[in-house]
Amino acid sequence: MSEAASGPRWHDPDERVAVEVVLNGLPTTLHPSPRWTLADAVREHGLTGTHLGCEHGVCGACTVLLDGEPVRACLVLAVQAAERRVETVEGLADGDELHPVQAAFREHRALQCGFCTPGFVVLAAWLVEREPEADLERVREVLSSNLCRCTGYGPILAATLAAREGNDA
Amino acid sequence: MKLPPFAYVRARTVDEALALLGEAGEGAKLLAGGQSLVPVLAYRLFRPTHLVDVDSVTGLDGIAVGNGALEIGALVRHARLERARFDGAHRLLALAASHIGHVPIRARGTLGGSLAHADPAAELPVAALALDARVVARSSRGEREVAVGRFLLGPFTTALEPDEMVVALRVPPAAPGSHAGFREFAVRSGDFALASAGVVVACDEQGAVTSARIVVGGVEPVPRRMSDAEDVLIGELLRADTIAAVAGAASVSCEAVGDRNVDADTRRDLVAALVRAALIDVQAEVAA
Repeated sequence: MSEAASGPRWHDPDERVAVEVVLNGLPTTLHPSPRWTLADAVREHGLTGTHLGCEHGVCGACTVLLDGEPVRACLVLAVQAAERRVETVEGLADGDELHPVQAAFREHRALQCGFCTPGFVVLAAWLVEREPEADLERVREVLSSNLCRCTGYGPILAATLAAREGNDA
Repeated sequence: MKLPPFAYVRARTVDEALALLGEAGEGAKLLAGGQSLVPVLAYRLFRPTHLVDVDSVTGLDGIAVGNGALEIGALVRHARLERARFDGAHRLLALAASHIGHVPIRARGTLGGSLAHADPAAELPVAALALDARVVARSSRGEREVAVGRFLLGPFTTALEPDEMVVALRVPPAAPGSHAGFREFAVRSGDFALASAGVVVACDEQGAVTSARIVVGGVEPVPRRMSDAEDVLIGELLRADTIAAVAGAASVSCEAVGDRNVDADTRRDLVAALVRAALIDVQAEVAA
């Protein structure tokens, strides 16, 4: 396929594309093929905290922040993340100190098998930071995005509400 | 499921996207927010050979207001529509957007993508039809406007030519004294709607209805105006008995389709309930 002098270039299906992102605050180059999702690429990069559950946008286990907004990393191509900020669950804790939402999840036993936890924690941390005034209905609505097959959601809701209150204090 | 292979390019401008689309030929598809297309790829329901990524094309993410009319760029995300401060009937866009999927879906999904994908259960086509909006499509041959009712041809089928791209939605001015209501029913919040109703109603100072557009989605192959129900409403006050009659008329005149999720009769019942609820929302606004 021809290529305009300064125009964008087609990437072949099996080509590895250099994708510059800021990953958890660090300038990083990912090397996905066009068909890799962002979740595939961060996992291949070694950040396996982002879990892939359904891989078609239903379960939310792969939730990450893209330019500060929560997205399903299985519904974003890795190449689409070029020149954007990506934050994964690994970016939440400060060294050994858990993020307040992570601490609240532990406190409230908001996880059992743990598979969905990274997605919930990323989503809840975003909500608590972005909308500290979110009421119960709003917290429920936002959390309804993600699936958990163990907890029955009650502890997850309680942990998020508690983290939000901690934020206020 | 991992995605099947495709060639990929990121366009920076509309002209570039159109040139790349033409260059790639029949198997090419535009990719914007990807919230519908990526699952379609994962399921291998469609196997494009080439994807032209328009997600970061410049100039398509504006909401312009001029003489009361709106021109909304194709790359405006659902989350932005949901938060936008629209006047009168235009609020329907925000109400409809708030029902789409979940917060992370709305952070990525785009207006143009929703229109071009034409899922029968999608919310924004319902709102666009109720607002009598026109889709702006561009190709290397030029630009044209298509009324939403002529744009939506069937499930996942639009009047868009293979070399065309949706660039905007043009919404005419909202009538003075106009209000909007949107309701949908899904088994769980964020699921695909089994049925939805979008209504735009204008009233005079006495509260009598001067114009009405009532659209149901997810019920027939494409969203459709319920003209019989609108006729029942014109000239009337928004009272409980009138609203019940309008909802009944919509339920009778829709040609509900049954599927594995719900049978046609239940969809008819949902239409009555949703039209009624949307009109009660309007009634509350008029009274306020």
